[in-house]
Amino acid sequence: MQSKHKLFNFHGGLHLPGHKEISTGQAIGDVFIPSRLVLPLQQHIGESSEATVKEGDPVLKGQIIAKANGYVSVPLHAPTSGTVSQIIEQPVPHPSGLSATCIVIKPDGKDEWIDLDSSADYRQMDPSALRNRIRDAGIVGLGGAGFPSFIKLNPGAKTAIDELIINAAECEPYITCDDMLMRERAEDVINGIRIMKHALQARRCLIGIEDNKPEAHAALKDACSKLGIDDIEIISIPTLYPAGGEKQLIKVLTGKESPSHGLPLDVGVVCQNVATAAAIYQAVTYNKPLISRIVTLTGEGIKQPGNHEVLIGTPVDEWITYCGGYHDSIKRLVMGGPMMGFNLGTDKIPIIKTSNCVLAFGEGEADAQEQQAMPCIRCGACMDVCPAQLLPQQLYWQAYARDFDKIQDYNLFDCIECGCCSYVCPSQIPLVQYYRFAKTEIWALERDKKKSDRARLRHEFRLERLEKEKKEREERMRKKKAALKTGKDEKTKDSKKDAIEAALERVREKQKKSQTQTKNIDNLSAEQQKKIDDIDARRNQEQKDSTS
Amino acid sequence: MQFKKTSSPYLHNNQNISLVMLQVIYALIPGILVYSYFFGWSILVNIILACLTAVASEALMLLLRKRPLAFFLRDNSAILTACLLALALPTLAPWWLIVIATLFAIVVAKHLYGGLGYNPFNPAMVGYVVVMISFPQYMTQWLQPHAGLDLSQALQYLFLGELNAAISLDSITSATPIDSIKTGLSLNQSISEISASPLFGFWGGAGWEWIAAAFLLGGLWLIYRGIISWQIPVSLLLSIVVMAGIFYLADPQQYSNPLFQLFSGGTILAAFFIATDPVSASTTPKGRIIYAVGIGALTFIIRTWGGYPDGIAFAVLLMNMAVPTIDYYTQPRVFGASGK
Ligand code: SF4
Ligand code: SF4
Repeated sequence: MQSKHKLFNFHGGLHLPGHKEISTGQAIGDVFIPSRLVLPLQQHIGESSEATVKEGDPVLKGQIIAKANGYVSVPLHAPTSGTVSQIIEQPVPHPSGLSATCIVIKPDGKDEWIDLDSSADYRQMDPSALRNRIRDAGIVGLGGAGFPSFIKLNPGAKTAIDELIINAAECEPYITCDDMLMRERAEDVINGIRIMKHALQARRCLIGIEDNKPEAHAALKDACSKLGIDDIEIISIPTLYPAGGEKQLIKVLTGKESPSHGLPLDVGVVCQNVATAAAIYQAVTYNKPLISRIVTLTGEGIKQPGNHEVLIGTPVDEWITYCGGYHDSIKRLVMGGPMMGFNLGTDKIPIIKTSNCVLAFGEGEADAQEQQAMPCIRCGACMDVCPAQLLPQQLYWQAYARDFDKIQDYNLFDCIECGCCSYVCPSQIPLVQYYRFAKTEIWALERDKKKSDRARLRHEFRLERLEKEKKEREERMRKKKAALKTGKDEKTKDSKKDAIEAALERVREKQKKSQTQTKNIDNLSAEQQKKIDDIDARRNQEQKDSTS
Repeated sequence: MQFKKTSSPYLHNNQNISLVMLQVIYALIPGILVYSYFFGWSILVNIILACLTAVASEALMLLLRKRPLAFFLRDNSAILTACLLALALPTLAPWWLIVIATLFAIVVAKHLYGGLGYNPFNPAMVGYVVVMISFPQYMTQWLQPHAGLDLSQALQYLFLGELNAAISLDSITSATPIDSIKTGLSLNQSISEISASPLFGFWGGAGWEWIAAAFLLGGLWLIYRGIISWQIPVSLLLSIVVMAGIFYLADPQQYSNPLFQLFSGGTILAAFFIATDPVSASTTPKGRIIYAVGIGALTFIIRTWGGYPDGIAFAVLLMNMAVPTIDYYTQPRVFGASGK
């Protein structure tokens, strides 16, 4: 069945040295409980979760400690039992090394579960109940991006799903966590895939696995035959970086190209990672939330490389010490793979849901970026390898010139930051760094623009309102004057009436005065108005900052 | 623990510009050896003189432009330009001709345009064309095969511009085969009459055909190593073959055959080593083909009907000018973009 499948090519790509054997030597290591767990409220794409515990609260393993906040959000669970010791800003895994709000738990060592609901059979659950369960378990894409998984399983009533594609390519060098997961827990993976297939009502299901993982491939096959499953195709694909890129994998397996600026869903495909599948199985069948994941620890700077089941929130330094520590040659620490990962300035940061690998490079290992860059010689090597079929050297020129309009004409946002172009550039130009810079700048500009648009709108509304109020006031005055006039005409006729009228007039006078006062506040000088607006804007910004 | 921060990717294929240039220079070696086998020491002396001039002027320009000297000198690009220029110039050239051509290539065509990576025109071809236009009489003196000079003679000619009384210049020099076809045709001789001369070898110019074969070997090695892409040489050669073929079939007595066109003059050298200069060539896949076909066609046209002996240099420079336009209109389709 799997040998007959027709495969397609994507443009470019690289044959990279795998370095996978470094970390596949031994079985997945057991969970250990560190002295503290640091859980960032934001571990996924979307709105960050909202803490539901406070400092000093006792928590049990699996208990929700932060709830989903909005649709694109998931809850967060305590990975072990203990006490919430702090809710504070801590450095989190992020390329720019920023800090974010984290719940810090001090484990009590008892590792005591909350009561889990009894296990369930997915076949008796309708897709929406399944999705709720997956969301409540806090599951996000474990392949790296961290998009809430339940959303991807909700294509909408109108979209029929042709293919559910399972990403088992794990194309980046050094990383082996998915490989080891498939070798050791193939049945979890297959069961998870069946659940997703059920939720999506997908016509067929394909697993794409690079041909450098024969053991994992065999394990999946065994699991299928053991479970008596014949509607999942396991397809071996050539090892070519980045075959595990979502759009590239879909192309290889189906020949379909997800549109530029679009989603796989637009071509009837949903793509999920193997580790996500296994987590979904645990969540749906045993109601177990996502509180740990398999992480690869590898590189020449590590004494005992391997894969471990790690609790979410485990500080990297404690974990590495637990695993035997660094070699003296340790030079650089990377979260993720060597092509797309990012440098850590410190190891005092936690493992989060999307951390698949911690890479410790030794002296002389992978120091591509140490070289001084030469000018671009337009050799086109970068273009030849770009899987998104872009013109990397043109993107580079535009980023260099800070021409952020032109760079979008060259489709900057189709760049998947795979790093192939930088890898081959004979001038050693850090191309991807330029693209990241350009993207960040463009996002910032757009944010600013939105902000000023909003401010402008607010200002316009205000002017409109003032105008309206002014008109109303004038109208009232006019009526009043008219009434006054008729009153004066009759003055001579009735002095009593006159006295009443005078009293009324005084009252009106008073009213008018108070009105003029409001008017004073309303008609501020431009300068005063700007000050107030600025204060408003700042306040809004502060509110937003504290929520994001 | 604290660590140093840089941006991914952290891996590299360890290719760099000086290695690329060096490999191109290596690929020239077989051709240079065969060249000096047929034509003696002169070519080696010329190459050395051109290289010395190139490195000195490159260093000077880097100093003037306040660029890191050692860093850019290591890139080997000046040496490559010098080698290509020396190979393109006549074998018997006075020293100042070589020096002027090299100076123009490095100082004007390269550095005044912004240095490595910024030159719109191929520096070697600029140098060549400058002396071709300024000193045309020196550009037609080519040695006859096996009439080569030994080292002392070569040096003597190069710097003093004269030879021992025993050897007369006329007895050892002649026009190039391409040139003699042109003159012959203008004297109403037929191709078969012209090519009976000892200047002609088995399928190209005598001696030159073997030099071209050696350059071809080096060029194929470069493609094999992934240093150059096949599009440019293949399309360039094909376009010459097709054009020459059409005219040859129409009238074999007025037009030389395609094989001759390929293996005489600088066709092979240009196709694999000069047109492939990345800086001044088109970079898109389709653009590379258009660029190379343009060079091939222009070369054939200038050779056949133009006033200069070999049109390759002009063809390359003309197409260099067209590169920005070609690149603009041949951008590849982005992955997932609609409309294939
Ligand atoms: S690989 Fe580097 S030198 Fe070559 S065209 Fe691309 S950016 Fe320029
Ligand atoms: S990083 Fe972007 S531009 Fe470079 S090869 Fe990958 S997709 Fe293309």
